Amino acid sequence: MIRALIAAAILLGVAQAAFAVEPSEMLANPALEARAEAIGKQLRCLVCQNESIEDSGADLAHDLRVLIRERLKAGDSDAQAIKYVTDRYGDFVLLKPPVEPATYLLWFSPFVILAVGAAGAWFYLRRRPTPPDEPLDPNQRRQLERLLIDDQ
Amino acid sequence: MIIELGHFALILALAVALLQAGLTFTGAARNDLNLMAAGRLAAMAQFALIALAFATLVHAYFVSDFSVANVAENSSSAKPLLYKLTSVWGNHEGSMVLWVLILALYGAAIAWFGDAMPPRLCARVLGVKALIAIGFLLFILLTSNPFLRLSPAPEEGMGLNPILQDPGLAFHPPFLYLGYVGFSVAFAFAIAALIDGRVDAAWARWVRPWTLASWCCLTLGIAMGSWWAYYTLGWGGWWFWDPVENASLMPWLAGTALLHSAIVVERRDTLKSWTILLAILTFSLSLVGTFLVRSGVLTSVHAFALDPRRGVFILVLLCIAIGGSLALYAWRAPALEPGGVFAPISREGALLLNNLILASCCATVFIGTLYPLFLDAVGGPKLSVGYPFFDRTFVPLMIPLLLAVGIGPLLAWKRGDVLGALQRLWAAFAAVIAAILIAYYLSHGGPVLSVLGIGLAAWMGAAAVVELADRLRLFRAPWSEVVRRALAQPRASYGMTLAHFGLAVTVAGIAASGFEQQSIALLHLGQTLPVAGYTLRFDGIGKHDGVNYTADRGDFTLLDGTRVVAQLEPERRFFPLQQQTVSKTAIHTNFFADFYLALGDPDNKGGWAVRAYWKPLVPFIWIGGVIMAFGGGVSLSDRRWRVGVAVRRAAKSALPANRSRA
Amino acid sequence: MSWRRAAYLLPLIAFAALAIYLSHGLAPGYNPELLPSALIDKPAPAFDLVGLKGEARLSNRAFADEIVFVNFFASWCVPCREESPVLMDLARRNVIVLYGIDYKDKPEDAEKFLQQYGDPYRRIGVDDSGRTAINFGVYGVPETYAIDRTGHIRWRHVGPLTADVVKKEIMPLLQELGAS
Repeated sequence: MIRALIAAAILLGVAQAAFAVEPSEMLANPALEARAEAIGKQLRCLVCQNESIEDSGADLAHDLRVLIRERLKAGDSDAQAIKYVTDRYGDFVLLKPPVEPATYLLWFSPFVILAVGAAGAWFYLRRRPTPPDEPLDPNQRRQLERLLIDDQ
Repeated sequence: MIIELGHFALILALAVALLQAGLTFTGAARNDLNLMAAGRLAAMAQFALIALAFATLVHAYFVSDFSVANVAENSSSAKPLLYKLTSVWGNHEGSMVLWVLILALYGAAIAWFGDAMPPRLCARVLGVKALIAIGFLLFILLTSNPFLRLSPAPEEGMGLNPILQDPGLAFHPPFLYLGYVGFSVAFAFAIAALIDGRVDAAWARWVRPWTLASWCCLTLGIAMGSWWAYYTLGWGGWWFWDPVENASLMPWLAGTALLHSAIVVERRDTLKSWTILLAILTFSLSLVGTFLVRSGVLTSVHAFALDPRRGVFILVLLCIAIGGSLALYAWRAPALEPGGVFAPISREGALLLNNLILASCCATVFIGTLYPLFLDAVGGPKLSVGYPFFDRTFVPLMIPLLLAVGIGPLLAWKRGDVLGALQRLWAAFAAVIAAILIAYYLSHGGPVLSVLGIGLAAWMGAAAVVELADRLRLFRAPWSEVVRRALAQPRASYGMTLAHFGLAVTVAGIAASGFEQQSIALLHLGQTLPVAGYTLRFDGIGKHDGVNYTADRGDFTLLDGTRVVAQLEPERRFFPLQQQTVSKTAIHTNFFADFYLALGDPDNKGGWAVRAYWKPLVPFIWIGGVIMAFGGGVSLSDRRWRVGVAVRRAAKSALPANRSRA
Repeated sequence: MSWRRAAYLLPLIAFAALAIYLSHGLAPGYNPELLPSALIDKPAPAFDLVGLKGEARLSNRAFADEIVFVNFFASWCVPCREESPVLMDLARRNVIVLYGIDYKDKPEDAEKFLQQYGDPYRRIGVDDSGRTAINFGVYGVPETYAIDRTGHIRWRHVGPLTADVVKKEIMPLLQELGAS
């Protein structure tokens, strides 16, 4: 169930972009091809900046797409196929930065900032007196008008 | 000769900017009306001079004067005239001239319409604008001068990157600059307010039109850029979380927050120091974006020429402008009088939530974009932050805000009633359920998140309509009453409804990307390809050459059963000057869905790779953006923003607590 | 200074930190596109490639007990022409043991390239599919790897070699590896 949600999340996140994979690269087995596409969507094309190997027309992207499909045909799991690539190119090739101590700051900061901001807003609201419900009486109203005239 | 005139005009503009700064700040400090009036004239003169300089550059491109280095590097004589124009800003130096031109345009506009503004406020605003102009004019003249000659002049130029030769690109940078350079006005107003020591409803009234105009332009600019990427890049992506895209999104997020918090300042005279800070930060983000794109610190698909020396200059400018303004803020903001009070659940509270979430989203994009640099600086591993990060952080953060967009406008000021608001929104709830059921049915049980996204969009859209109907007392009061109310509504409220509705439309388009269907195949002549219930037939392939390229053009017919829906002619263009192949996609749209076709590589045995996609609701993404900008424009036309009216109203609405004058 | 006033300083302090990071990005030598090799201190990938011009094959088994430099190049690669003189100079002075791997190239084109710019390599392997390059983690040409006596990769340079790189990186590296 979780995996389906994650897959849906990946699909929603990635489905906006379409594919540069060539017909000749595509695997005959649709399940394997779908896995290859999903993996390719997570790998950065190193010569194009900000594109996945699935989206890029570059030579290197083509080579890596073919490589991934070979690994899957050879029986690698998704994680193993990805590790094959990161072993050679490092974690930089992952479009999603791994969640590790070096990136805790990255991954948690959005929600920490939201929480800190919310706390700040809360304190700001709390230290104000609640708005008065009664309208001003005639004396107060006259005072107010005098002050307003003073102001102008 | 002409280009030297332009060069001279720019130098003169720098001198005028210096004069402008001197006149305005001195005039404001001494309350000398003559000096301040002279400052306004200087602002207009500055604009005229920069416009002249820009015109000479455009002229050099039009006549293909390759003795000008900038033209030789970025243009060629075989190019169509439109692209000769767009080449002016398709490179770093030329685009910087456009940048200062727009900066000066806004300054001249303030000077022109400044009659009704308090003279000292107007003067200080123009003074700050002049300081910014000085910084950037120096930057151009010292490091990025497009008016330099090349000797000997080459016979032919190097041409414009083929990918940039597109009508959509013609308008994308100017609108972007009208947007984020326009935020310099809000910035200048904030500085002026800090110097003055006073922020009141009147100030918010003055700021709002300029911020709104900038925001509209930026919305259109971002939408254009996204749409251009979509139909140009050959595989249908429209947002990549590329650093340059993020550099335009961050000011947009901050600017949206600023528009909303300025409402609170104006109506309730509170959230003042936060709004000032936001005005400073919005333009600061524009400046940081300018730095990121031009310094080589980050790489992206469309960063400009990477030159650290220019980067150093801009960084120094940033430190002076942003550091200076934040220092001024730290010094003067605590003295600003606190304003009205409000309960957490209220219109102000909703706007505060708006700001909280938009600021968090903006911070998220900022951190994601700069994290690789940060890691490298502290000696960490080399990592990259791609779209998966932003999808998992930005999207969850935005969702509560999008939900709140439906309720916020229905809450009263000072103290609101959520349950009452929700009751009035029963129609919106019904719309959500209907939308979810329809989406689920039509997509045959498509991705859960997409279906829910459609529901969210339905909520936002229906709530906007319900809110308007509620205000007009539709179905509850006689028609004459409804019409009377409709005519009496301030345009700004229609603007709000339109803008929120536009946002709903965009959200629908984004959510529907999960329903996309694709077919990729190798086709021979006469073969067909089924795509999403349609049939695509490959009819022919031929050569079609353009002014500066050769191309293979495919002829395809899109069929629905036997009915011909469209003829599509995608191309693969080869530009001999740059030795680059660019794919030109063929898109058939009925504004509710796009059929997207790209021609791939031939296999040299008569077969051609063909990529076909059916993308439902994708046009909504940009249509929504246009509606949002239109809503902003409607708001801008509101009589209340006319500067004269604001003066009289401001006098009446100033609260007694707000009496400090620095 | 009260807490409240101190809070107003936060934006300025945050910006100061940002400015410091941004200036790091401007430091010469910082290039966001340059990736460190993931294979540093790891064994060099095994490969066995056809030789160029019908010569003997090139495999890492040939790298006996010596410090070896492997240079990935191609005839279609413009920066490779820039580094040719530097490589020729290194070969002539017999400073390093240099092998070449011709990446995704037509053999005739490679031979023409070497005729025109010189052949500094002891031997050349042909990596037609690019698979060996991928195993090394190559993402563009030219790239140069240094493999020590135990067969581990100890250094990689992305982009053309220059006299500066030779002086500041290769010579010290040779000393360091020679000593080990």
